[in-house]
Amino acid sequence: MTETALLQLEDLEVRYGSVAAVRGLSIDVGKGEIVGLIGPNGAGKSTTLHAIVGAVAASAGAIRYAGASIRGHKPEAIARAGIALVPEGRRIYGDFTVDENLRLGLVARRSRGGENDDLAAVHDLFPILAEFRTRKAGTLSGGQQQQLAIARALVARPDVLLLDEPSLGLAPLVVDIVFEALAEIRRRGVTVLIVEQRAQRTVAFADRTYVLSNGELRMVLSPADAADTDRLIAAYMAS
Amino acid sequence: MTTFLQAVVNAVTLGSVYALIAVGIGLVFGVMRLVNFAYGQLIMVGGFALAVTIDWPVAASIGACFATVVVFSLAMELTVFRPLRTASPQTMLVTTFAVSFLLQAIALVKFGTFGRPANSLGQLNRAVSVGNIDIRYITFVALGVAAVALLALVLLLERTPIGLQLRAAAADPATARLLGVKADVVITVAVVIAGLLAAAVAVILTVQSPIVTSDYGLRETIIVLVGVVVGGIDRLWTATLGGFSIGFATGMLGQLLPSGDGLPFTRGVYLDSAVYLLVIVVLIFRPAGLFATRGSAGVERV
Repeated sequence: MTETALLQLEDLEVRYGSVAAVRGLSIDVGKGEIVGLIGPNGAGKSTTLHAIVGAVAASAGAIRYAGASIRGHKPEAIARAGIALVPEGRRIYGDFTVDENLRLGLVARRSRGGENDDLAAVHDLFPILAEFRTRKAGTLSGGQQQQLAIARALVARPDVLLLDEPSLGLAPLVVDIVFEALAEIRRRGVTVLIVEQRAQRTVAFADRTYVLSNGELRMVLSPADAADTDRLIAAYMAS
Repeated sequence: MTTFLQAVVNAVTLGSVYALIAVGIGLVFGVMRLVNFAYGQLIMVGGFALAVTIDWPVAASIGACFATVVVFSLAMELTVFRPLRTASPQTMLVTTFAVSFLLQAIALVKFGTFGRPANSLGQLNRAVSVGNIDIRYITFVALGVAAVALLALVLLLERTPIGLQLRAAAADPATARLLGVKADVVITVAVVIAGLLAAAVAVILTVQSPIVTSDYGLRETIIVLVGVVVGGIDRLWTATLGGFSIGFATGMLGQLLPSGDGLPFTRGVYLDSAVYLLVIVVLIFRPAGLFATRGSAGVERV
């Protein structure tokens, strides 16, 4: 797997002052895989994603993308290299229209042309975005904003999609929409690394799920473990 | 009534010039979270560029003014602001003070205490009578330039991809970078536009006060900085409106306040006190800015 990993973390360490938020973390994400990252609050899941996209600096270890180190690169360079983040809390531009938010997603594209096709494709995936295209994004519901955030990342045509708690604060019905969209994204061959609180659902959905606690890797789970509630609880309790 | 209308016309003119300065300051603040105190010295540079080229054809002189100011604006960004990109806002603010004083000192050494005349557009001070009020040509020029510049800026911001990126970088720089918006590119665009606006202000100001000295544009910039804060510096249109308002208020008060001879009852003493009293009152009741609609959040930089 190491040979073919599209995204690879090796002994990653991220410190906030004297506190190590992530320690010795090694993760491989193969091309086309969906990989989950779960764990209790403060386990270092979001920090890991932020380190990958260059929003926080790694203090030790390696971050490789398609075989080359991207550690220390600027966030905009990493985005333009093909790694898109759907941040926690959506981070959409509330004062901008839905359309403008989507167009911002086009900034990181590596190739010219086909923009309108990709915009049409996300409109197919999330019809609500086509319907509300001239509305201010801030007036959308939380679930609609989450769809917008995912769509904005997709129109960048990333090779790797990082999602930070996409179902946080959403109603169960909306969570279903988000996971259906993720299934469609998987069918399109986009590689996904997803951080989630919904452990069972994530383990069942992902090809492989890493369990983090206190900044360290505790366990790797396969979809078969999703039904094994005891093992899931044990994974969380291990901290 | 005629006096009042005349005062309004003059105040609107001053307001539009101040609005241009406010846009230049607000645009750079938006993408850099930097209050550029040295913005006034860009106006000064423009004034001296007009003075030095006074024997050139007017169009060439104005062209030289724009080119010089944009070069200085870019040089400021490349040599001072870019190396300090990750410095604290306090450090950057103090640095802009240093740049301001440095440029003033250089101008003083080079052009002396008395400065240089830049009056090649002096004929714009001639007035036409509309009804009972006299309107100088420069009033139309100032209003026209302000209107065209603001309209062009709005079109750029609202209708072009780079404008969208500029707005995104100003509204939420961290997210903009995650989406691939290049901080250096949007900042360079903002710096160039700010330079163009400073040059336009220099051209308009030299018509009204043609002697360019080393402190040229300084007082205007300080007043506009105050106006920008009063309007709300975190958004471009509130900053612009703040600049216009303080220009308009200054213009109105300057003409309507008593101008009796005996101290302290002179217009000169009243004007600044009256303007800043207004500022204090506004900030007491609207601390986030006169035109703020909600509490302003903590600021981030690109």
